[in-house]
Amino acid sequence: MARVLPLPRHTLSLVVENRPGVLARVSSTLARRGFNIHSLAVGPTIDPGLSRITVVVESEKVEQVKKQLHKLINVVKIFELEPSKAVERETMLIRISAMGTSRTEAIEVANIFKANVVDVGFNTLTFEVTGKPAKLNDLIELLRPFGVVELVKSGRIAIGRAAKSKPSRMRAVG
Amino acid sequence: MEASRKPPTMTKITGAQSIISSLEHEGVDLIFGIPGGAILPAYDPLYFSPIRHVMARHEQGAGHMAAGYAWATGRVGVCMATSGPGATNLVTPLADALMDSVPMVAITGQVPTHAVGNDAFQEAYTIGITMPATKHNYFVTDPDDIPTVVHQAFHLASSGRPGPVLIDLPKDVLNQETEWRPPEDLDLPGYKPTMDGHPRRVKEAIEMLARSERPVLYVGGGIIKAEASEALTRFAEMANIPVVTTLMGRGAISDDHPLCLGMPGMHGNYTAITSMQKCDVLLAVGVRFDDRVTGDPQHFAVDAKVIHADIDPAEIGKVRQPDIPIVADARRVLNQFVKAWGDRPALANQEWIDTLRGWQDEYPLFYDQQPDGPIKPQFIIEELARLTGGDAILVAGVGQHQMWASQFWKFDQPRRWINSGGLGTMGFAVPAAIGAKAGMPDELVYAVDGDGCFQMTFQELIVASAYKIPVKVVVFNNDAHGMVKQWQKLFYGSRLSSSLLNSEVVDYVKLAEGMGCIGLRAEAPEEVEPTLEKSLSIDDRPVVVEMVVDREEMVFPMVPAGGSNDQVILGPDSGD
Repeated sequence: MARVLPLPRHTLSLVVENRPGVLARVSSTLARRGFNIHSLAVGPTIDPGLSRITVVVESEKVEQVKKQLHKLINVVKIFELEPSKAVERETMLIRISAMGTSRTEAIEVANIFKANVVDVGFNTLTFEVTGKPAKLNDLIELLRPFGVVELVKSGRIAIGRAAKSKPSRMRAVG
Repeated sequence: MEASRKPPTMTKITGAQSIISSLEHEGVDLIFGIPGGAILPAYDPLYFSPIRHVMARHEQGAGHMAAGYAWATGRVGVCMATSGPGATNLVTPLADALMDSVPMVAITGQVPTHAVGNDAFQEAYTIGITMPATKHNYFVTDPDDIPTVVHQAFHLASSGRPGPVLIDLPKDVLNQETEWRPPEDLDLPGYKPTMDGHPRRVKEAIEMLARSERPVLYVGGGIIKAEASEALTRFAEMANIPVVTTLMGRGAISDDHPLCLGMPGMHGNYTAITSMQKCDVLLAVGVRFDDRVTGDPQHFAVDAKVIHADIDPAEIGKVRQPDIPIVADARRVLNQFVKAWGDRPALANQEWIDTLRGWQDEYPLFYDQQPDGPIKPQFIIEELARLTGGDAILVAGVGQHQMWASQFWKFDQPRRWINSGGLGTMGFAVPAAIGAKAGMPDELVYAVDGDGCFQMTFQELIVASAYKIPVKVVVFNNDAHGMVKQWQKLFYGSRLSSSLLNSEVVDYVKLAEGMGCIGLRAEAPEEVEPTLEKSLSIDDRPVVVEMVVDREEMVFPMVPAGGSNDQVILGPDSGD
């Protein structure tokens, strides 16, 4: 079997008008143009008229992705967030099999990742953890031997990093 | 003075009255549509409106009529349909208009708001279905929004890269009380088309062109939509750059102009195709490097530096990464080019021009009309051009006849050639011709149609008869979906799988007469001229001219789909 190289992932942050159907327009455009969605998170912004969609797309043609999304009338702005110049976070809820001593073992691992126990069942533990996507993946690997019963991820959200020194000229950022 | 003082009362109207008033406010004079349950409230105020309504016989017809109207007039075409099947029947014309950037507004009825989502009678999710077939669409839930929504819809349809916009109106919204107010100012924060080219890019482009030895201007529908013909011709002349006009851009510069090389692409002429393959700088304006033009993009104009100017940023770099990208309106950017070229002399590229002339002489378009042989379709196009003096709007469907029309007609101005390019919608010609004639009643409108296309939408000729819209339709009867048959002959071992039309059971003359049209027929070459003359002399009703043509004639030159434009098949005997 031919090995298919994974497509590069890009985090796009979209400011969209807060109207019914906007998410459908965005996801439909991506599907229609053959761009894969890795994750998608949507929520309100401080301006009630605007929403934020953070979408991670897999494509070698990210410029084309951006341009096609820009054609949507309800999409106001698009930023591509470079991982090195952005804070990226995901939240994960992960339920594992854990009884007796394995419970303390699992909790020790989870503590290292600052994961909280949010639910305890007869033979399961559920952790909630927020972090960089890579960190969550590490935790999954460490918890895998216990037996992962259920895993829920939020989809990535991201924000660009602010300037670390006083800019030569102050500029308003929308 | 009256003792009682009443507060000033606003005139209450219905949402239905508001939509019609809003259309009047936008200057609409003509709507193509079909009423039905959910849209019925809107048809009542239409009864009293100065807006003329043409009732199509199928919503697809209404949509293509609106497109033909828009193509011919440059104004926004308007069509109207009911919910469910009415709206789904509009999907093809909407997709067609989106592909060919035709300004259109479609109004559809919808089931009442409380029934939406419940699989009500004649309910379809029109917004979802038409999302990828429109530039934008609106679902109206408050009748107070109608004037602003309509205003935005017309603005979106006609500005930037034009396209179709749909407004979906639930029946209860049409029936509710509202007040008609002039639309609010356009508030579209996500929509700001870039009109002027970046001055630095324009300067770079001019410098690149000034150094070029073998430049070619590659222009298309963007020139027509932006009314940029004058600027194009002026710039081409100033710099002495030959021009190829795509199927969408025929007439952008006159075919009689010495710099016009005609149509490139799959069925373009050898010189137009090869000029792009051999050029050193390709100035592309209002085009999108469509696969029917480029063939295999890996082998398209490989040595050329590309300057690409288009109103739609997404077209730039979609197929071919340009060396100089310019986002701009075609007319504005060509005027910028004219200004930036300034008083530079024209390019000293006589050698290049001579090479092109040499190809034109060596590889002309050709066909062989024998006096006693079957009628060649190309001959009909040339005869029609001769008899009308070329002074007509020519409308085509999709297929062989479309290619012959584009190849053999001489287009001398924009908006005189109407066809379905991007979507390739068979059946486009008859309704589009009706729309064009309705919008330009003083123009002579000829549709050239294939028998396969004709059988998809001919019922709209009843509309042409009923509303006295005297279009003329020349049907090429070759008893086949000719282009399909051509591909089967060339690529599928002549296995004519379901491409023949059983013409022995069809009488086009009777069919025409049955729809209130005049029916004419020509079966031999010497009958072509008198039959066309006859069709020209009839002004009071639509005419259908059946031309029984050579069934085996194929369209050449041809670059097979996905092939390299370096390998042009010139004729039936030159293929390998």
